[in-house]
Amino acid sequence: MSIDYIYSEFEVVRNQNRCTNCRACEKQCANGVHYFDNDKKIMLADESKCVNCQRCVSFCPTHALKIVKSDCSFRENANWSEQTIKEIYKQANSGGVLLSSMGNPNKLPVYFDRILINASQVTNPSIDPLREPMETKVFLGKKPSSIKRDENGEIINNLTPQLELSIPVMFAAMSYGSVSYNTHKSLAMAASKLGILYNTGEGGLHEDFYVYGDNTIVQVASGRFGVHEKYLEAGKAIEIKMGQGAKPGIGGHLPGTKIVGDVSRTRMIPEGSDAISPAPHHDIYSIEDLRQLVYSLKEATKYKKPIIVKVATVHNIAAIASGIARSGADIIAIDGFRGGTGAAPTRIRDNVGIPVELALAAVDKRLRAEGIRNNISLIVGGSIRSAADVVKAIALGADACYIGTAALLALGCHLCRACQIGKCNWGIATQNPELVKRLDPELGSKRLINLMTAWKHEIKEFMGSMGINSIEALRGNRLMLRGIGLNQKELDILGISHAGE
Amino acid sequence: MITIDAKNTRFDSLNETIRNSNDDVEIVNCLGQRFIGAGLSNKSLTIKGTPGNALGAYLNGANIEIYGNVQDAVGDTMNDGEIIVHGSIGDAAGYAMRGGKIFVKGNAGYRAGIHMKAYKEKIPVLVIGGTTGSFLGEYQAGGIIIVLGIDSKKNIVGNFPCTGMHGGKMLLRSTCDKISFPKNVNTRAATKEDLDEVITYIKEFCKCFGYNESEILNEKWTLVSPDSNNPYKQMYVQN
Amino acid sequence: MYKEGEVRIPSGCAISAVISRYGNKMTGEKIIESMIPMHDRSNGLGGGFAAYGIYPDHKDEYALHIFFNDKYRIEECERILKDNFEITKAEIIPTRKIPEITDEPIIMRYFVLPFASLLKSLQLDEKEFVVRVVMKINTEVNGAYVFSSGKNMGAFKAGGFPEDVGKYYKLDEYEGYAWTAHGRYPTNTPGWWGGAHPFGLLDYTIVHNGDISSYDANRRFIEMFGYKCTLQTDTEVITYIADYLVRRQGLSFEETASVIAAPFWKTIKNKPEKEREKLKYLRMVFPSLLITGPFSIILGFNGGLMALNDRLKLRSMVVGEKDDKVFIASEEAAIRTMDINAENIYSPMGGEPVIIKVKEGKY
Repeated sequence: MSIDYIYSEFEVVRNQNRCTNCRACEKQCANGVHYFDNDKKIMLADESKCVNCQRCVSFCPTHALKIVKSDCSFRENANWSEQTIKEIYKQANSGGVLLSSMGNPNKLPVYFDRILINASQVTNPSIDPLREPMETKVFLGKKPSSIKRDENGEIINNLTPQLELSIPVMFAAMSYGSVSYNTHKSLAMAASKLGILYNTGEGGLHEDFYVYGDNTIVQVASGRFGVHEKYLEAGKAIEIKMGQGAKPGIGGHLPGTKIVGDVSRTRMIPEGSDAISPAPHHDIYSIEDLRQLVYSLKEATKYKKPIIVKVATVHNIAAIASGIARSGADIIAIDGFRGGTGAAPTRIRDNVGIPVELALAAVDKRLRAEGIRNNISLIVGGSIRSAADVVKAIALGADACYIGTAALLALGCHLCRACQIGKCNWGIATQNPELVKRLDPELGSKRLINLMTAWKHEIKEFMGSMGINSIEALRGNRLMLRGIGLNQKELDILGISHAGE
Repeated sequence: MITIDAKNTRFDSLNETIRNSNDDVEIVNCLGQRFIGAGLSNKSLTIKGTPGNALGAYLNGANIEIYGNVQDAVGDTMNDGEIIVHGSIGDAAGYAMRGGKIFVKGNAGYRAGIHMKAYKEKIPVLVIGGTTGSFLGEYQAGGIIIVLGIDSKKNIVGNFPCTGMHGGKMLLRSTCDKISFPKNVNTRAATKEDLDEVITYIKEFCKCFGYNESEILNEKWTLVSPDSNNPYKQMYVQN
Repeated sequence: MYKEGEVRIPSGCAISAVISRYGNKMTGEKIIESMIPMHDRSNGLGGGFAAYGIYPDHKDEYALHIFFNDKYRIEECERILKDNFEITKAEIIPTRKIPEITDEPIIMRYFVLPFASLLKSLQLDEKEFVVRVVMKINTEVNGAYVFSSGKNMGAFKAGGFPEDVGKYYKLDEYEGYAWTAHGRYPTNTPGWWGGAHPFGLLDYTIVHNGDISSYDANRRFIEMFGYKCTLQTDTEVITYIADYLVRRQGLSFEETASVIAAPFWKTIKNKPEKEREKLKYLRMVFPSLLITGPFSIILGFNGGLMALNDRLKLRSMVVGEKDDKVFIASEEAAIRTMDINAENIYSPMGGEPVIIKVKEGKY
């Protein structure tokens, strides 16, 4: 047809024997793939619009549909993959920066999958978590360095505010605007029922969700959207977003098309105006400036809220974390390069940052070497996919994990990675009211609770098999881990031995 | 009104005293204490000396008047209230300000009014009597920035003003001949109607610092506004 | 084969202890005998004892017991000692040649006092100073190992069964008001004497039975505060934890017990308010010092003993008493060996510390 024509990535396969022309697929697809051909009296598909979100497949009453990857292929070679070739065509055609969403999809090492967990045999007993007590509660926040007593010798409670979590997993920052009202509502409801916290992200807090304040982390990013005194007071903790794993060093940019209605009011910017979060906080050009922002937030909230500083895992993460630990922050969150995003330049997403497993190991080691690990709690995120990842992260030294993508999958996300388009058929990454309605917060929160309950059981099973009955004793317990197929350098960084050692 | 001698006082105890006071507060011998008035809503503060960074951060309705210069990040994420500075201010003033007013008699440093925003009737205002450093109104998403350049021989603003500006407006009391603006904004000579829209703020400024309003108005003005609310729309291609 | 410190070696054990509440002295004879009925809890790869009140003539000096692989290490080590301490006495610890104990290292005893001028210039208290010198020798002098460093007390240990180790060290000739004993059942070890127990730092000694699952979490935390877990054994890390909590943080022994064997959150919730707040505080402040997995320990210190089980009580431990004496052991049989008429025999609950202190002024 033309030089810029690219054959569709996916094909819609319709079993005409099963199709009843009920047009459910057409109603479900916001991308406009399916349509009814009046002449032929059959359903047809414009596959160029398909993002493979599986919505039509899930909702076809006769199971007549499947989406398959197109086998129309270029003459690929090991260097020039089809993806790379297509990207060049797109840029040559548009002059645009490639924009993608969700986390780094490339074949880079997943260290969690190269780590194995220990279990007790003979020398000490495993514990049956179904019948014996097994504790997963954690407290996040700075711990005092020394015990103080009053004149009667009684211990004085000198703890600064702490976050109490029933399990060491929280829902990661996803802003209202990048995700829908019903997504936030699902997360907030689930967090409050689970005794954990969700995170507003940088788009402010809708007034309806102030009631979930005890289970909310409010985020302050460089754009300061929706940030005001009441907002800061609303949550249990405040997170300063310095960076995001999916796009370290890059700011956020929510297109004006998503700034509608309540999103506009919550962010306090006019409808249709782009919401730009600059890459740096323009009052933080150096580490001592971070201290200034941390304490300005503490002052504004009368020292009642722990302050979290979230950074992306970059090369020098250990030193950065050490600086943060000395900034007055109570908690540091490190976000690995596989972390998700509603939109990021493809090249940044796929090439900047380091795996969170290595970053976590390096940060925990560094903070201990400096004797300041107790000054700060450590949250890790950036593709925590299962209870096994949680257990490995805790054993490497994390206090808790953030899950973003996994939580969205629980809500129905099919990881089609087209969030940036704003037409999410699952009602998650969209502001279109018709689409938002598709996500029922009651059902969504139930599914999140199911997921977390299942993980909690699995975490307990792992702990029980290791003979550990409290999560505190797992934290930083690297002896419980062994590497498989890793080289000595990788093992050294992770601070673990190889399997068999 | 109670008076606090801030000499040798650390910021945390000074701010606690301010928070716990039921009365308006005057601070004397202020020297470098940060975060004064952070999140404060219903009080008037008078400060003599040089307050530290992040004065009036998240200010929520209180009034602060300073007799002296002010350092960096004044009015950071301020929501409501008024800050009046009888002197000059440092960098990143009014960062992400979303309401309230800041009046400065003297000059502002770099990145004044960065990322100011607005929603409906809530419009922040930043008025600078002298000149400003570079990157004035960077990422400005809303609100009004007025720079008067009173008695100044320098350019009214430094380099790269309005970078990434996509909302709000700016009124500069100068023809701005020597200023180079980016492509994403429109500039034109301000009309009387343009000035009428902001006349209350200019009046208020004059009242604060004893200037003659008509002398201030009687000068050539430039209006700067963004070209589009979506400056980067054309930059991306879906992948 | 790797020795302790080069690899982590799990082990099971027998423990036993006796203390006189009035500070009455006992020879080591009974405590040695108490280990005989528990013979099968050890496997001949390590035994040892700690004795309190045994050096009344040097009670204000630190008694350092040191193993040396050869005489060249003595010179190197003594150089460090002389730089830091006034040495009032140095001698070879007397031993009895018996066929059951072989491959002995050189075993020396030094009574020392830190130089006051050094303490002043380093701004350290005496105990902290001694700890640092001990850590320095144990980590820097390869082939020298300080295995006892308290005042008016001493640890004695070797490869072999505990009853033979006691005989070897002539413990029947020492008199102390409190004794602890340990027989070791390591899964594997070349029989390095330093790896036997008790483990001691200053006057804190630990005998311990069990293989804790929290080891690396505990180790990596405690090493932030200047301790070096060179042996990689549970006993070593538990001793450091006790030293850190009691000496450096000023916790009582009861408080220390509620850190290392913290009650479950559910148990804490049901306590009266004041106690609840305290237990919650301690658990929140020292989460990394919670010890999980099976353990029964006896912590010895100047003037007392503390016995503690893990909170699930996965190891056996029995307490009994008779007149001024209190007995603690892995098995009742051991107690009955020390006094056939022992009374009030009971097993403390998991996580419930048994603390016996000698009457003030009597030790």
